[in-house]
Amino acid sequence: MKEFFRRNKKSFAPVQREGESQIPDNLWAKCPACRELIYQKQLTDSLKVCPKCSHHLRLVPHEWLGLLDHGSFVEHDADLWPADPLGFVSPKEAYADKLRLTQEKLGQADAVISGLGTIDGRRLALAICDFSFIGGSMGSVYGEKMTRAAERAAELELPLLTINGSGGARMQEGVISLMQMAKISMALTRLAAVQQPHIALLVDPCFGGVLASYPSVADIIIAEPGANIGFAGSRVVSQTIGGKMPAKHQTAEYMFEHGFVDMVTPRADLRATLSRLLTLYGAQTNAGLPRLDARLIEQEVRAGG
Amino acid sequence: MTTSDTSTETLTAWDRVQLARNVQRPHTLDMVRGLCEHFVELHGDRRFGDDAAIVGGMATLQGRTVMIVGHQKGRNARENVQRHFGMPRPEGYRKALRLFRHAEKFGFPLLCFIDTPGADPERESEERGQANAIAECIMAMTNLRVPIIATVIGEGGSGGALAIGVADRMLMMENAIYSVISPEGCASILWRDAAKAPDAARAMRITAADVHELGIADAVIAEPAGGAHTDIAAAVESAALVIREHLEQLTGDEIATTLACRYQKYRAIGRFHERQQALLGVQAGEPLPFVV
Repeated sequence: MKEFFRRNKKSFAPVQREGESQIPDNLWAKCPACRELIYQKQLTDSLKVCPKCSHHLRLVPHEWLGLLDHGSFVEHDADLWPADPLGFVSPKEAYADKLRLTQEKLGQADAVISGLGTIDGRRLALAICDFSFIGGSMGSVYGEKMTRAAERAAELELPLLTINGSGGARMQEGVISLMQMAKISMALTRLAAVQQPHIALLVDPCFGGVLASYPSVADIIIAEPGANIGFAGSRVVSQTIGGKMPAKHQTAEYMFEHGFVDMVTPRADLRATLSRLLTLYGAQTNAGLPRLDARLIEQEVRAGG
Repeated sequence: MTTSDTSTETLTAWDRVQLARNVQRPHTLDMVRGLCEHFVELHGDRRFGDDAAIVGGMATLQGRTVMIVGHQKGRNARENVQRHFGMPRPEGYRKALRLFRHAEKFGFPLLCFIDTPGADPERESEERGQANAIAECIMAMTNLRVPIIATVIGEGGSGGALAIGVADRMLMMENAIYSVISPEGCASILWRDAAKAPDAARAMRITAADVHELGIADAVIAEPAGGAHTDIAAAVESAALVIREHLEQLTGDEIATTLACRYQKYRAIGRFHERQQALLGVQAGEPLPFVV
């Protein structure tokens, strides 16, 4: 059991060429959109974009770290662990059991990974949702990690990047999960007060209480091509993967046409786009500053930035 | 908790859901009539239209001008079609946002009344940015420079409720509910059976007493025996007493203090463990202490 609680540092290192992708560990993978067989290496090289139909496959947080400079990521708040605040009972599966099983399967505590890193040497704070963890749903741990990420970014005067792929609020934490929408928004006022940008990336799928709060009021909103994005029907969509297709009006392109996102950016261009944005906002570079090491950062925070 | 009526104490969560949805309950305009004087209703979002599912305007309360914003349901089929069953569209939330800013500009305390099954989920609302409209409202309320009191008078339906519900004081009528998703929605998603809604209502702890116990509602307002719909005047008077008291407290504080308290109030919501605690000093099977 102790082994399970131990944080596996290796699994959080930025991985560009390899990693525990959902694709079976063999030479070929099948694109879920066009059913084409793809050479595995080709898929991982492109951050999981299908070379045939350009479908953007879902990434788990450690795969997203491939956007950052290699080795620059420092994780924070990995110690936060979900509780069962309501004692949520269910005829099918109690929440506590669902949590335990998902944790064992995925080897992580909850649906967000957060920390600090650099892109082309420019520093940023980031928080990444994991849709594979109970639909990336927003409960107390999600809310607290996002909040701390925003507060830390404000404290250190860094831009904040959030990568949002979530079915919405976590029903099993009831109204407490709903209130995380307000809690994260609160923390973002601190970021605004120090004139640091919040850049939100909307990835497939982004729905419900998550979309209807902090990402939709970000300073910059970037969506991934083909991502399903919408207010209503999130969980219905997530429950029917492989079944009924989500509505046409709930896509990144539709959101773009109606003026709710700044850009729809293919994954291949994402790093360059983020790098340019960080430059435009004058984000701090590593030059003359101590390495982004967890302990140093904590000292900086304690010393008041 | 304010005095609770013994005759309704044995009600199940599902009974409370029925009471909260009773169309004869006092709605926002009933609250305004009973609570305030000189109400002037304001209309329109100045962008697209006027949404009758949200009403708002200025009135006087205890000799002070206040801004009112609330969901409005109807009492019959015709009214409910006009009010869209209290399910606001983006223009409703943008009207609310305009009135929040108006209140801030003139220093009017804001009183919100929550009573909605949820925000309108239709295609037209998506097209006009329902998620954005709700997010803008929440964001505006986090640091609006006037005191805010939100009272759930019937149904507190998810993000559509929270959009006008970020407040310094969160009050709930005794038979009101506040939920992240409707019990029917929860049951159909988790158990693929909407008929299990009563179980979902209980599991999600959505009653006023539960939400108060979870530390999210600051006070519960007693209703007349049999529920608020049996005596609207008495129910409104009961709410008015509590609202006046909290408004009195809030208007006595500096706005900087109010904003700092608002931040802390929401900052503290959430229950989780820090993993070191899970490893150190806690025996297996023993409940872990909450970090709040």
